[in-house]
Parts: sequence; structure tokens; C-alpha cells
Amino acid sequence: MSFDVVAQQPKLLYLLQGVAAFAAVVSLILLALHRGPVRRRAAALLLLAPALLLLTAGLVLPGLRTVMLSFTGGGGDAWAGFANYVWVVTDPRALVALRNTLVWVVLVPLTATSVGLLYAAAVARSRFRTLALSLVLAPMAISFVGAGVVWKFVYAFRPAEAGQIGLLNQLVVTFGGEPRQWLVDSPWNVLFLVVAMVWAQAGFAAVLLAGAIRAVPGELTEAARLDGASPRQIFRRIILPSIRPTLLVVLLAQAIGTFKAFDIVKTMTGGQFDTGVIAHEMYDQAFRYGETGRGAALAVLLFVLVTPFVAHQVRAQRRAG
Amino acid sequence: MNGVRERLSSRAFTSVAVVIAVLWTTPTLGLLLSSFRPEEEIKTTGWWTVFGTPHLTLENYGEVLSGGTNGAGRLAESFVNSVVITLPSVLFPLVLAFFAAYALAWIDFRGRDALVVGIFALQIVPLQMALVPLLKLFSQGWLFLPAWHLTGPARFGQVWFAHTVFALPFAVFLLHNFLAGLPRELIEAARVDGASHGTLLLRIALPLARPALVTLAVIQFIWVWNDLLVALTLSGGTAETAPMTVRLASLAGTYGNEWQRLTAGAFVAALVPLLVFFALRRHFARGLLAGSVKG
Repeated sequence: MSFDVVAQQPKLLYLLQGVAAFAAVVSLILLALHRGPVRRRAAALLLLAPALLLLTAGLVLPGLRTVMLSFTGGGGDAWAGFANYVWVVTDPRALVALRNTLVWVVLVPLTATSVGLLYAAAVARSRFRTLALSLVLAPMAISFVGAGVVWKFVYAFRPAEAGQIGLLNQLVVTFGGEPRQWLVDSPWNVLFLVVAMVWAQAGFAAVLLAGAIRAVPGELTEAARLDGASPRQIFRRIILPSIRPTLLVVLLAQAIGTFKAFDIVKTMTGGQFDTGVIAHEMYDQAFRYGETGRGAALAVLLFVLVTPFVAHQVRAQRRAG
Repeated sequence: MNGVRERLSSRAFTSVAVVIAVLWTTPTLGLLLSSFRPEEEIKTTGWWTVFGTPHLTLENYGEVLSGGTNGAGRLAESFVNSVVITLPSVLFPLVLAFFAAYALAWIDFRGRDALVVGIFALQIVPLQMALVPLLKLFSQGWLFLPAWHLTGPARFGQVWFAHTVFALPFAVFLLHNFLAGLPRELIEAARVDGASHGTLLLRIALPLARPALVTLAVIQFIWVWNDLLVALTLSGGTAETAPMTVRLASLAGTYGNEWQRLTAGAFVAALVPLLVFFALRRHFARGLLAGSVKG
């Protein structure tokens, strides 16, 4: 099974065809625009048509259809009333996913933002700012799947008599403890997944907050320093109030991202050992078990839960500028 | 007295930062070092022992790229798939969103404001809301839309379609904000000269919007390259079309103990986004705030 270059050619050909077809459509639109004085409405319609068509066919109609599907049973389209929603709030497995999602949404934003804030406060005005921020932001570029693999390795378990290969168990053994299967033992395993998500997200908070801290006028902090305020007092009395709007934006953004957490659960446990969350359970129901109705109900639930956060976020972002 | 306390306090801040930086880099470093160790050693000793007895090899990378004994590797093929998926999924929404944003920002027509609000509001729809019906649409058709019946590489078309659609609301939002913030005189002057919208769009709006377009391209590139959910549901689930994230996630699931493959695989998958990230870090950071609702 070596890498077969010839087998890849159809794909690259398809890529070229796809891009060429797209270029043709774009050229047609531009040509039509160039042909003399087009009426304003016509020009606008021409430019908006592709985006509007795609959004209607790919997002609006499917979204509405998901709402309808959530009232149908199983894989068919038989009307089932609120049965799927009843399942969501009564089935033990669904309830575990709800509980875990709640844990995630409380812990991830608070922890990631606190760590990000501490870090940002320490490095915002230092010479090594760029490097320091790159270090904690890099996990974001690695992908959640990559982050899942990184932490799975940290948690790796070997029986006590063998040598440990996971960093965490090695630390436990060094201090005279027994190695444990961190990802298997419920309910604490949920927290070990949360750590991976915090690790992937904290850099985002640090970068945005460092930007906000640097925007605090130097005269303010300087004046406070001359009045004999300690760095800690300056941080608490001046910097913190000034960056409050950004802090809110960061918290809300983290919460929104956390609701949709799927990759880390999929990579680290596959939702086993009671570690499922709504986004992951939705995938399992709809695409693994063919329970379209239940999957749709979970998707609707996700939408309902996220919406107030997003609405709040839009308002907060306007204030934060 | 005051000076001493001040030093202590800022020293506390600095040491906290160092601790965080170490905590944030050590797990990745461990994985990276492990990826260069022989299989036997990865599975029996911790990576921290490598500093005492360094045995380094590129074997794991060879195996994971071109498949080992049971074909569990073959990441080279999924690398190609990731490229084939990502390029159009960045290009298409970028161009279409730019067209739409131009029309919404620079052409006055009735009903414009309602459209702006409508498209922006679509940002709140999580992609989970659209996945099941999209899959049905591709396989069975729906209402007036025919089934696609795609096989083989043509399945990439489904992934392009989904990524393009999901990216549009945010991309239009970002570009519209940018274009609407430019001085009106620029446009008015060109209009008086009798320039068509085609000329305006290509000659004036496009060069001006370049920084916003680059930011968007970077964010979208990293987003699509790292995406698991869309690829998992729409790329057909075969090795032929699966991108690297899907292969890596299944390696983690099926061969949970094959650390020699997982460690090397994780870095093959992360190489391109990391390069993009470090080369265009500024643009990435700039897009973060605007994109904090994305997904």
C-alpha cells in the first residue's frame, strides 16, 4: 500500500474543473456588469444572486427542514409530535449529553478566559509579546482533532508495573500515586476533555485581551503608578474596568464555540464513558444510528441554546468596538 | 519599600506567564518529540527520556504517509484530499461574498437594509441545523432540487458546496463592514466619470478590500483545513475522499494505541495550518474578533 500518484489525478482534474466552472460563472457576471449602463437594481441582483441562491438552498431551507424533521419519527417522515423532544429530556444518554454540555459551557469560557486574561496582563506590555502570544495561540491552528490527539497522549495509561508513557500518569507515579485511566472513569473524565478544549481556546482569549490592554491609555496607568498604586491595584482598578467590554465579548465567543464542541469528544472518547455532549450526540443520532428525528431535535436544541448568546454577543461587540 | 513590592508583584505576573507558556507548549512538544522516536520506544518509555538516550528516526512519518502493514497510514492521500477540499472552499465563498458585499455596500437599491440584516442574521444558524437535510438533498433531491448522485471524486463537490454556504454569512458581514466604512467620495468620483459597476468593483473596491480579503482567506483556510464535522458527514466516508482530519480522528478511534502513527499523523495534519498561522499571524489575529461567532 504505497502512495499512488496516478490515483490522485482524477481528484486534481476534478479540482481544476470545479475552479474553471466557477471562474466561468464569475466571468459571466462581470461581463454582464461591464455591458454599458446596467440599471442599479439589475446590477445589485446580478451580484447578489449567487450568494442568495446558495444561502437559500443550503442554509435557510435545510434549517427550516431540520425543524420539521425534529417532529418526525426515526428515519422516516412519519409525524411524531413532540416525541423527540420528550426523548431529549428523558433518555439517560441524552440527559448525560445535556449535563456535560452544561458543564462544558460553564467551565470552558470561565477557565480559558481567566488563563487568557492572566497571560495577557503579564505579556501585553513586554518585549516578547508577539512570541508569547504565538505560543498560546498555536493550539488554535493545530485543529481540535490535533488538540484531542495531543491530550490523549498526555492522558495515556500504562499498568503500574510498566513504564508510563503519558505525562500525567508519570507525574502521578513520581509522587507515589497509582496510574489512572483519566478518560474512562466517569464523571471526572468530562473534566479531562474540558482541559483539552481550554488548552485549544485560551490563546484566542489572550490575544484579544492583550489587544484591549494595550489600548488602555498610558497616561491613566502612569498617573496611578506615580500615586503609588501597585501593579496589582493598577490591574484591578484601571485595566480591568477598561477592558470589561472585550472581556464580555471573549466570554460569549468562547461559550458559543463550546456549545458546538464536537471534534474533541469525537477524537478523544467518541462519546463513550458518559462523555457525550449535545453536538456530538446529534452527530451520532443523525449519522450513525439513522435517528434523523432525534438528531434534528438536538440540532434545534443547540440552535435555541446558542441564539441568546449570539444576540448578546452582537450587542456586546458593538459596545467593545 | 514601595519599589520592592512593585518588583515582587510584577515578578509574580511574569512567573505566572512563564508557567502558562510552559503548560501550553509542553504537551505539543511531547507529541513532536515522540513522533521522531522508534515505535518500540514510544510504546514503552516516556518521551521525556529522549534527552538521555536520543534515538531519532523518520520511520513514523514514512509509515503514516504511505501506509504501513495494514493500510492504516495513507495520510499522503488524505493530504491531497485536504488540498482539493480546501482551495475551492476558500476561493468560492471569498469571491461570492465579495460580490454580495459590494452590492450591499455600494449600490443603493430598495430592500437593501433588510437583506443586510437577513444575511447577517444567518450567522447564528449552527451548521448542525443544515447537515441532515443537506445530506438528503445530495442523495435524494428535494422539492425542486434534483439529487446529485455523486460518486468518487465528485463527492468533493458536496463538501465545497457546504463550506461555501456556511462561510457566506460571516464573509459577507466582514467584507460589507469593511466596504461600507470606506469614504463615499472615492466611489462618487468614479461614478461621475461614468465607470460601470464592473470597473468599480475590480479597479477600486478590490484593491481597497485586499487586507480584509486576506484576513478572511486565512481564517477560512484554517477553518476548512481543520474541519471535521462537514468532512465526516459529506465527503462520503471513504478513504478516497477523506481529508486528514477524518483520517486522524479515525486513527485515534481505531488504533488508540498506535502512538507512532498518531504522533506523526498529528504533525502532518497540523503542518500546513501552522505554517499559514505563523506566516500570517497578524491577519489571523485580526480576523479572530470579527469571526468569534463563526461556526
